[in-house]
Amino acid sequence: MSKYSLSINGHSRGVDVAPDTPLLWVLRDTLELAGTKFGCGAGHCGACTVHLNGVPTRACMTPVSTVGRKQVTTIEGLDSKGEHPLQRAWKELDVPQCGYCQAGQIMTAAALLKENPRPSDEEIDGAMAGNLCRCGTYLRIRKGIHRAAELAAADKKGRK
Amino acid sequence: MNAPDLASAGRRNFLRSSALAGGGLVLGFYLNGTGNAAEQVAKPAAAPGAEFKPNAFIRIGRDGIVTLVSKQPEIGQGIKTSLPAVIAEELEVSWKDVRIVQGDLDPVYGRQSAGGSTSTPTNYEDFRRLGATAKAMLVEAAARAWKVPPGECHAADSAVHHRPSKRRLGYGQLVEAAAALPVPDAKSVQVKDPKDFKLLGKRIGGVDNHAVVTGQPLFGVDTRLPGMLYAVYEKSPVFGGKVRRANLEAIKALPGVKDAFVIDGTADLRGLLPGVAIVAESTWAAWSARKQLQVEWDEGRFADHSWAGFVAEAQRLGKQPGATTLRKDGDVNAALAGAARTVEAAYTYPFISHASIEPQNCTAWFKDGSLELWAPTQNPAAGQELVTATLGIPKDKILLHITRSGGGFGRRLSADYIVEAAAIAQRVAAPVKLTWTREDDLRHDHFRAAGFHFLRGGTDAKGRLIAWHNHFVTFANPVTRDGKTTLQPGSGGSLSGDEFPGRWVDNCLLEQSAIECGVPMGPWRAPGSNVFAWVFHSFIDELAHAAGRDPLEFRLEILGDKAIMPGTGERGTPYDVSRMRRVLLDVAEKSGWGKRKFPKGQGQGIAFHFSHRGYIAEVAEVTVARDGSLKLDRVVVSTDIGAQIVNLSGAENQVEGSIVDGLGTLMFPELNIERGRIVQGNFNEYPLIRIPDAPTRVEVHFVKTDYPVTGLGEPAFPPLAPAVCNAIFAAIGKRVRQLPLSRTDLRWS
Repeated sequence: MSKYSLSINGHSRGVDVAPDTPLLWVLRDTLELAGTKFGCGAGHCGACTVHLNGVPTRACMTPVSTVGRKQVTTIEGLDSKGEHPLQRAWKELDVPQCGYCQAGQIMTAAALLKENPRPSDEEIDGAMAGNLCRCGTYLRIRKGIHRAAELAAADKKGRK
Repeated sequence: MNAPDLASAGRRNFLRSSALAGGGLVLGFYLNGTGNAAEQVAKPAAAPGAEFKPNAFIRIGRDGIVTLVSKQPEIGQGIKTSLPAVIAEELEVSWKDVRIVQGDLDPVYGRQSAGGSTSTPTNYEDFRRLGATAKAMLVEAAARAWKVPPGECHAADSAVHHRPSKRRLGYGQLVEAAAALPVPDAKSVQVKDPKDFKLLGKRIGGVDNHAVVTGQPLFGVDTRLPGMLYAVYEKSPVFGGKVRRANLEAIKALPGVKDAFVIDGTADLRGLLPGVAIVAESTWAAWSARKQLQVEWDEGRFADHSWAGFVAEAQRLGKQPGATTLRKDGDVNAALAGAARTVEAAYTYPFISHASIEPQNCTAWFKDGSLELWAPTQNPAAGQELVTATLGIPKDKILLHITRSGGGFGRRLSADYIVEAAAIAQRVAAPVKLTWTREDDLRHDHFRAAGFHFLRGGTDAKGRLIAWHNHFVTFANPVTRDGKTTLQPGSGGSLSGDEFPGRWVDNCLLEQSAIECGVPMGPWRAPGSNVFAWVFHSFIDELAHAAGRDPLEFRLEILGDKAIMPGTGERGTPYDVSRMRRVLLDVAEKSGWGKRKFPKGQGQGIAFHFSHRGYIAEVAEVTVARDGSLKLDRVVVSTDIGAQIVNLSGAENQVEGSIVDGLGTLMFPELNIERGRIVQGNFNEYPLIRIPDAPTRVEVHFVKTDYPVTGLGEPAFPPLAPAVCNAIFAAIGKRVRQLPLSRTDLRWS
């Protein structure tokens, strides 16, 4: 066991775990942040996607010992009120079916929109290809990202 | 989460026989599936007058908040939204005033199983009456308060209104008075005219959407209890294998490991499998320890089974007459001999896994002889029953909490993972969460049965279908009951003699043979239908093209003019031909069938299928590039699922999901078997459809009819694969006779 100080959703959190423990299980078992999901344990499904310094990362493949001082953002911390444009769009368009993969979908999409505020369908498909949805909500995920892009643009305009 | 409340769980049943003994009780009721007020059950009220609780499903507080119980398991089909919405509609309550809680497994709720797309058809009318009954009592309470006839009052927006005097009483204000009234007979209450519906038929967002998009714990795997331990369970890689010995002492010495032990299990391939449990302080400690686990298995008698062996055996059987005859009409051989055109083809599909992204898991706490379970399950009663039968824990000592499921697809109708957790918990003095790895989940599924169809068909000089012969080679598991072992085909591995086009062709021979295997099989979304529709509508297409007929016209001719095709045989279901004709003609019109000329590499295909009470026809438009890659450009779906769409958004989502799932299942998954074990272990070897392959245009049309309302979790799935394969044939002239699609070379020049 080793002690680590992690920055999770803007808060400093101390943990005492085995160094090879994937960040996923530190989040889920140790820190009680269950929003980040286990799907495959091998980086194939994207259900465990979090941001490390804003970069979408597979938490199941990230040993806690490699996180260091990087800022970890999980679905619980994406927006303090749960009102990120993607979260609003997901509700407005009723994207989820079972919902299990959606935290990972939203985290990947959030990073996409930061890079590319108005992605095309092809750009969405390219960015989201690492996230599996077994229920097949892909049509609504595409629509949801387009809608979130609109909402974000409207927010920006409103702030000016 | 709360500490287990087993005492009160036990009390519930006790209260049934002493319903009116305590003054604080209100009498509830449950309507059975036929709509009769059947079971009289009592539930304790919070405190007299604090809430109005006319039945087990509805609770209204003085604050006007209406709490509705969702009794069915939520697996992504949207039932936690749609069934409560049915109550809310009839109760005339504003949706914003409604809170929904998931019910535990409890006889007070009647049947609680999410399978076969039955949740809506078996509950819809009853749930209307649940809401209407409560509304009638609230109206009565207001009328008494105002001293006016109830007929002068009406309910709307969570309140009762008296129009002549412009008075209004909110439901919260009526709680005490309504709670004092007798519950009327549900059959006597008036339900609404559907044309007055305000909520049903609209797009209603999923009630858990906010929790989903903000990452709140909802799913089985999110269960957390004080002092909880974490378990893994290693089973024999060969089906039917048993543990000879394992390095338990070495495992127990590893960091974080609390215990490790062998569970003997039973011989039931779908029951408690023998294995080794490791219990640890964290998921990762348990999984890390598992890497050091060495088990010597007695691999049993299926150790030499392989997919290649199954294929060879199927081909041998296919040349012989079938072991059983499912249907024999006319004389197929004579008809084929006299046919103007004949076609012969063999169709094959592999075993596949369900691959829900939330792997199987269950949390169990065994304490003082009682067991509490938290399970993502489609069929909680099956979990309870299997635990009782296997571990001897009495039913009334088992409390099962139904969690949200991260996908179901039929996998969670089985209860193997529940009994595993329970068996582990019996040996551990703490709550314990069992989580399967992805490899556990893919390799220890209750798989979709593989199958082989050896088909012959013939058309006469006018191009009419006159002969149909199918020898279906399926798979069967040995099942032992009362000391007797019989072979039972897997779920979906048994063909009905009535399956279309049986009944429609004058000369029809349907035969079946089974290969014994140890591969456990279970229901997979639209069992049977999910492959039969592909085989039969592909072969019908082959016959249509061979006869130079338009595929739509050929199908309409087969269906014929009869309104109803009666069922025959013991599994016979009447088939409403008029409903199928209507959706078929509708989808043809909406898709512009036959109206456009497609260049080579593009084409349209059509198929229909009746399953789970739904009549569905689909047209697919595809592009096949010269390199053989497939793009599904457009799908048009016409569905007849009865008189009412409960939740338009949910219904559209189910159809879109069925199209994507149908396409993905056509394109990618297959399991190989070598030395008695599944070869593939994770999504790199067992690909699922990803967003770039999903179609961009799915057009869903609901044909409204006067028939009973029914479910949509499954019936839109089966027609998609044949529609796509028929479109591929139209595009490039290649026929797909083997799943997955990657087995067929679609390159053209």
